[in-house]
Amino acid sequence: MTTAPKRSAARSTAPARPPGPGRDFGAWFLVLPALLPILVLSVGPLLYGIGLAFTDAQSGRTQATRWIGTLNFQDLLHDTLFWESFRIGLLWAVGVTVPQFLLSLGLALLLNQELKLRWLARALAIVPWAMPEVVVGIMWRLVYNPDAGVLNETLRDLGLGDGRAWLSGLGTALPAVIVVGVWAGMPQTTVALLAGVQNTPRELHEAAALDGAGAWRRFRTVTWPALRPVALAITSLNFIWNFNSFALVYVLTNGGPGGRTRLPMLFAYEEAFRYGQFGYAAAMGCVLVAVVSVLLALYLVGRLKGDQDR
Amino acid sequence: MSAFRTRGAARAGQYAALLAYLVFLAFPFLWLVSTAFKPATELGSLHPTWIPRDPTLANFRQAFEEQPLLRAAGNSLLAAVAAALIAVAVATPMAYVLARHRSRLTAAATGWVVVSQAFPFVLLIIPLFLVLKNLHLINSLPGLVMVYVVWSLPFALWMLTGYVRAVPAELEEAAAVDGAGRLRTLVSVTAPLLAPGLVATALFAFITAWNEFFFALVLLKTPEKQTLPVVLTHFLGAEGAADLGPLAAAAFLATLPSLVVFALIQRRITGGMLAGAVKS
Repeated sequence: MTTAPKRSAARSTAPARPPGPGRDFGAWFLVLPALLPILVLSVGPLLYGIGLAFTDAQSGRTQATRWIGTLNFQDLLHDTLFWESFRIGLLWAVGVTVPQFLLSLGLALLLNQELKLRWLARALAIVPWAMPEVVVGIMWRLVYNPDAGVLNETLRDLGLGDGRAWLSGLGTALPAVIVVGVWAGMPQTTVALLAGVQNTPRELHEAAALDGAGAWRRFRTVTWPALRPVALAITSLNFIWNFNSFALVYVLTNGGPGGRTRLPMLFAYEEAFRYGQFGYAAAMGCVLVAVVSVLLALYLVGRLKGDQDR
Repeated sequence: MSAFRTRGAARAGQYAALLAYLVFLAFPFLWLVSTAFKPATELGSLHPTWIPRDPTLANFRQAFEEQPLLRAAGNSLLAAVAAALIAVAVATPMAYVLARHRSRLTAAATGWVVVSQAFPFVLLIIPLFLVLKNLHLINSLPGLVMVYVVWSLPFALWMLTGYVRAVPAELEEAAAVDGAGRLRTLVSVTAPLLAPGLVATALFAFITAWNEFFFALVLLKTPEKQTLPVVLTHFLGAEGAADLGPLAAAAFLATLPSLVVFALIQRRITGGMLAGAVKS
């Protein structure tokens, strides 16, 4: 770390103090404005939430909330609807993250070439990235609309049948929302990977090309090793974000039809704010956090590796 | 690319792939715009067209009549501006410490920033709801702003830490050697160099809050207080039952501010996001 001036404003002409415990005081003072809200509105509620999971807290209940130990977790174990939503959450997260990564990787490599319409791709990429998730959901509902939607109309024009009610079909709802998820997250992933691709040393590429390495060999031996930490980080983050997503699917299907797109977040939201089961929903939250923590650990390992490679 | 020979067929394939991506990116948005300008008769027809035959602004008028869009936009604007300003104001000093001063504190803060990026809101929203309820901050914009500030802090800290690091510490040391106090150094040396970063971070926090839906849905109960994304969902009925024209018009309008702001700062965000996700 570089050595910044450590002197306090009041004694500007005093010599720099040697390192010691007192030195941190100024730092604490600067950190407090951000730290306090974090502790009160983030760390605090988090611990409170874990505590709630062990109670029978409900909204609008007159009796005092009681400590019920692991009862919520035992109930959760037998809650087939929860595990169904968990399964759907995993399907959705994998279904979005994997194509998103593969398509974005291809695109990043593509946009690294000198192509004529590259600027347009970059300009358009802003649209999904900047849009409110609610608007993305609304927009795709218009696309998927059984009668007035562009998708069915295009299929009709191509003579591919009469179209479907994509979002309300039992078999089509999840794939349909997955497509939207991929669409919404692709620009961000592409831009991140593109930055990674651009970080690979050009000389190595040229040397490999001179040695007669084909495109695939060059990708495997030069691009990928340099890209791997970025790829790992962005993929695990995407997976976690997708697993936790709410607004997009809330607007598209609200979990329907028949719970086919009911992601864990939607399920927990309903449990808490429609049925008022705060304690039970908090227990769900704990289980989901535990799962995400494992993924987070993977991500951190990737990051540390990335740091070592740098 | 002159070093590599790219065959014509490969190049054609590349353009085909790029074109497919452009179409995939653009078509839902173009459809939204097209729907927003279509009269009801065209929306009802079984064979919708890309370009409205008889473009109209009626959907926009109807959207404003059906839902309190203007008030909702005002609420969103207020919440987003307040959240952005407060977030930058509290994050900047901490980011400065994180960038210049390594200790256990900074390690803990960095750890928290990483973890909070990945945190599911389910576990947070219930206790947060109860805490804000006890503070009588449910259904109030100040309550929502508080949540947004905390929510945008991790990213703001990350971006700002990067910007502080980009200001050479040598400049500050030189000012100190010249006899400038720490505050003086910060105000006259560091702050001007940091200004673009502060603006970018504030704009990013603004978009985050402007687009946010989940917390607003849970915390705001009455239509008078609700933000734009929440009010937009009032247009939705069961699939097919929604009033498509006004829905599209309102959604289109809600997107414009974030599109404009995002276009301004997109490059900076990319850098900040990457720094956040991969480096630090």
